[in-house]
Amino acid sequence: MSKRIVHYINQFFAGIGGEEKADHKPEKRDGVVGPGMGLQKELGDAAQIVGTVICGDSYFNENLESCSATVLDMIKSYNPDIVVVGPGFNAGRYGMACGTVAKLVDENLGLPVVGGLYEENPGLEIYKRYGFFVHTANNAGGMRTAVPDMAKIVKKLAAGEEVTEGYVQKGLRVNYFAKDRGSKRAVDMLLKKIGGQEFETEYPMPAFDRVLPQPAVKDITKARIALVSSGGPVPKGNPDHIESSSASKYGKYSLKDITDFTAENGETAHGGYDPVYANLDLDRVLPVDVIKEMVAAGEIGSLHDYWYSTVGNGTAVSNAKKFANAIAQDLKADNVDCVILTST
Amino acid sequence: MVHMCTIVPISMTVGANRIVPTVAIPYPLGNPALEPADEKELRRKLVKKALEALATEVHGQTVFKD
Repeated sequence: MSKRIVHYINQFFAGIGGEEKADHKPEKRDGVVGPGMGLQKELGDAAQIVGTVICGDSYFNENLESCSATVLDMIKSYNPDIVVVGPGFNAGRYGMACGTVAKLVDENLGLPVVGGLYEENPGLEIYKRYGFFVHTANNAGGMRTAVPDMAKIVKKLAAGEEVTEGYVQKGLRVNYFAKDRGSKRAVDMLLKKIGGQEFETEYPMPAFDRVLPQPAVKDITKARIALVSSGGPVPKGNPDHIESSSASKYGKYSLKDITDFTAENGETAHGGYDPVYANLDLDRVLPVDVIKEMVAAGEIGSLHDYWYSTVGNGTAVSNAKKFANAIAQDLKADNVDCVILTST
Repeated sequence: MVHMCTIVPISMTVGANRIVPTVAIPYPLGNPALEPADEKELRRKLVKKALEALATEVHGQTVFKD
C-alpha cells in the first residue's frame, strides 16, 4: 500500500491570494493543492498526498500557539506516514511556518518531514534538525528543481530506506566506531597542524555572526538616537526606488520636516507584508511621531537628522551587511549613541 | 542597538542583543483596531520599552518582555 503524505503550504501557493490574504486561517483540503500536483507526479505510486493543510503566513506567525495546535490536528486527521512542507524558498514567514510544522510533527507525531528552503531563510537555521530540508533557489522559479529533490527523499522514506544525502545537515550526532581512540586522533591532528599539513577537524565550528552587546546607554536624556528600519519606510513615492524584495540598496531620508507620518508623506516599499496599515500611517513602522515628541520633551537627548531604510524581504545577507556597514559609518560620524532598528 | 520586531526567533537567529517584541508584522508599532490616541499611547509604551532596553546592561541576547 502506498504511503500517505500530508502537505503543508501557505495561502499564496494554495492560490488563495498574496499579502492581502496572509491572515488566512488554517484549513485542510483532501488531496493535492498547488505545488502538491507536481510533487504527486514525481512520486508516482510510491506515495500519495492524501491531504493538504493551508495557512496564511502572517496568521501562522502571529498566532503561533493556537495555530500550531490546529495545524497539528489537521495533519493528524489524515493519519499520514510522511509530512511534506513547502518548498518555502526565501520567504521569511513561510520558512518559519514550514520549520515550525516540521518541529511539531517531529516532536508530537514522530514522523519524518521533508521540506525545501533557501540557504539564507532564517527558518532553515532554526528548524533544520527537525526534517530533511533540501536546498532550494531563493524564489519560486526554483520549483522545478525543488520538487524533484524533495520527491527523491520522500520516495526513499516511503521505501523504508535510510536517507543519508541530498538534504541540509541536521546537526545531529550519529554514533560510530572509530579505528583510533580520541586522544590519538587529536594528537595526530595536532602534529599535522604543527607540521603545516592539511588536517580535517572532526567538529567544525558553525559560522555564526555574533557581536558582543554594547554597554548600556548611561543617560537617554543626553543620548543621540537614530532610527533604522528593514520594514521599508520611505518618503511617499519611494524616491530611490528601493526594491519591494531582494533590495540592492538602502535609503537615507531627512527627518527635519516630519513630525508625524500620514498617508501623504510616507509609505512602505516592502513587498513582503500587507502595506495598507503602513501606508496609512508610517509611524506604525517607524515611530517618528512619538520620538519627536520625546525629544521635544527632553526625554531623549537628540535625534540624528536622517532615517535609514531598506527592505528586508528576501534580501541577501551579504547586501544587508554592506548596508549596515555604510549606515554605521554615517552614524558614527554624527556621534550617534544608540539606534532603534524596527523590522516588520 | 535595540531591535523592535514581531518575530523574535528571527531576531535571535540573526544575533540581536537587545530585543523588544512588537505588535504584528504589518504594524509592529501600532494597532489599526485602536482609536488613534490609544494607538499612539501603545507606540509610546513600546518606544519607552526600547529606550529602557538601551539603558540596561546585557551580557547576551536579551528579550525585553512586558
